[in-house]
Amino acid sequence: MHGLYTVFSKELRDHFSSYRFVILFALIAMVSFITSYMAGVHMKGNLEALAKTRFPFLTLFSTPGAVLSMVQFVAFFGPLIGLVLGFDSINRERADGTLIKLVSQPIYRDAVINGKFLAGVATISIILVSIVLVISGFGLALVGAVPEIEEIWRLFIFLLISIFYISFWLGVAILFSISFKSIATSALASVALWIFLSFFVSLGADVVANTVAPVDKSREAEPATIMKNVRIKEMASLCSPMVLYTDAIATIVDPMRKTTRSFVLMGPMEQVLSSRFQNPLPLGQSLIVVLPYVIALIAITLICFAISYLIFMLQEIRT
Amino acid sequence: MEADKIIETINLTKTYGHQTAVNSLSLEVREGEVFGFLGPNGAGKTTTLLMLLGLSRPSGGYSRVCGLDPLRMAREVKRLVGYLPENVGFYSDLNAVESLEYVATLNGIERTEASKKIHDLLELIGLSQDGRKKVGAFSRGMKQRLGIAEVLIRDPKVLFLDEPTIGLDPDGALRLIDLIQSLNRDRNITVLVSSHNLYQVQKISHRVGIMIDGKMVAEGSVESLAEEKFGVGDKEYSLEEIYMKYFQEV
Repeated sequence: MHGLYTVFSKELRDHFSSYRFVILFALIAMVSFITSYMAGVHMKGNLEALAKTRFPFLTLFSTPGAVLSMVQFVAFFGPLIGLVLGFDSINRERADGTLIKLVSQPIYRDAVINGKFLAGVATISIILVSIVLVISGFGLALVGAVPEIEEIWRLFIFLLISIFYISFWLGVAILFSISFKSIATSALASVALWIFLSFFVSLGADVVANTVAPVDKSREAEPATIMKNVRIKEMASLCSPMVLYTDAIATIVDPMRKTTRSFVLMGPMEQVLSSRFQNPLPLGQSLIVVLPYVIALIAITLICFAISYLIFMLQEIRT
Repeated sequence: MEADKIIETINLTKTYGHQTAVNSLSLEVREGEVFGFLGPNGAGKTTTLLMLLGLSRPSGGYSRVCGLDPLRMAREVKRLVGYLPENVGFYSDLNAVESLEYVATLNGIERTEASKKIHDLLELIGLSQDGRKKVGAFSRGMKQRLGIAEVLIRDPKVLFLDEPTIGLDPDGALRLIDLIQSLNRDRNITVLVSSHNLYQVQKISHRVGIMIDGKMVAEGSVESLAEEKFGVGDKEYSLEEIYMKYFQEV
């Protein structure tokens, strides 16, 4: 165990003293700050009006201010934190000739990769928790709303899911840093995969859905076909961890949402009915709605790490 | 003098696909000796050392280091063996003391004990004045000596030194060779040193082994190898002449 702890604390020290961490942290703190300020200002006006927002505290994180909400921001650019922390973790040591020294110490070899991964996860957690705390304090001062217990729980779950989401990208970056000898290659490969999975999969999902279940625009389409088209599109776009994450936190940060679906087919009477019962879901129910997505997110994170672990353990290290 | 065998391999083999890096190597190193491990580049010396450390999985054969199987008990073997790789790397943003502290904690040495050891080791390698200097600013010779200090911190019984004098200036190389010799003499550390500098190897080794194309072609003291190749004569042959003779024959 001393090996794991030693590697872990050295990596953590390296992260915190590196310029790239400072720059990243400053950038993310600044943007989240601006988005929640926008949301706060917007909400302040609402709170003075007659219809008061429920869960004002959560709204601080989930309402888009100018462009993006804090939550959307994490979904879009959170992966960059993971990538930046991990893309050179193994191959830099290999290039510097310190990896062979590390594995010839009397420690288990997995202490190296576990220590690096856990240090990355710890760094991600610290970044996210501190940003959420800063925004919370900011919100308290700006809006004057005190969080309810339930809101605190929801924030906590949001944090946990976000940590897993960003850790997935950390795992991807570490996997590439093990597989590719060159630091530039692993950096480019991980960024390319991030852009592909986050921004192009949804385009691909459209194509797939329209090929499998084409909806005829000129004529009135069958509701069944439209449903099928939407279903397929949703399924295909779940290949993107970003969509998975957005779905996983959908009902957590917005208690008014009942489902992760963006498109629900309802008759006019049902619509009237549902609009009369606009009550928030209790926390337990919100959690049940998104549980499959949360589990899938945790699973891909663990699978990604397991693959890097296996490759690293079986690899022959000569330099 | 019949001392214990501290390293022993029988028919140790390593193949990469169709290429055989180490071909049925049988090697024997006795406790307390300096063993010179010679051979051209790519002969399989580093691969052999990695297999003896349990860092590389042999394709076949038997090996024991300090009576332990390096494959099954890699961690215990690494506790007893200090390995200085060719072109050892350092974290350039740490200073010498911090570097040694990191290695000491990886070895599970307590803080107070470690700081005393680090002080002694820096004195031994002649870097007491430079302990707080960043390793990135070290010269090659200083780095090499720091590398030796890093492997000495766990009080090894055996040292594997892979090309320790490569790229050093004559003075630096001489100091390193003296250091190796004194470690062997004063601390009774068995040293397995691979090198191309035959003059230095001859100076410090009790026995040498010559490895060519993954095979050990000769093993023994310099005198016995000379006798085998040139017969007994009044001329003293240098290791270089012996080595070239073996090399031309293969």
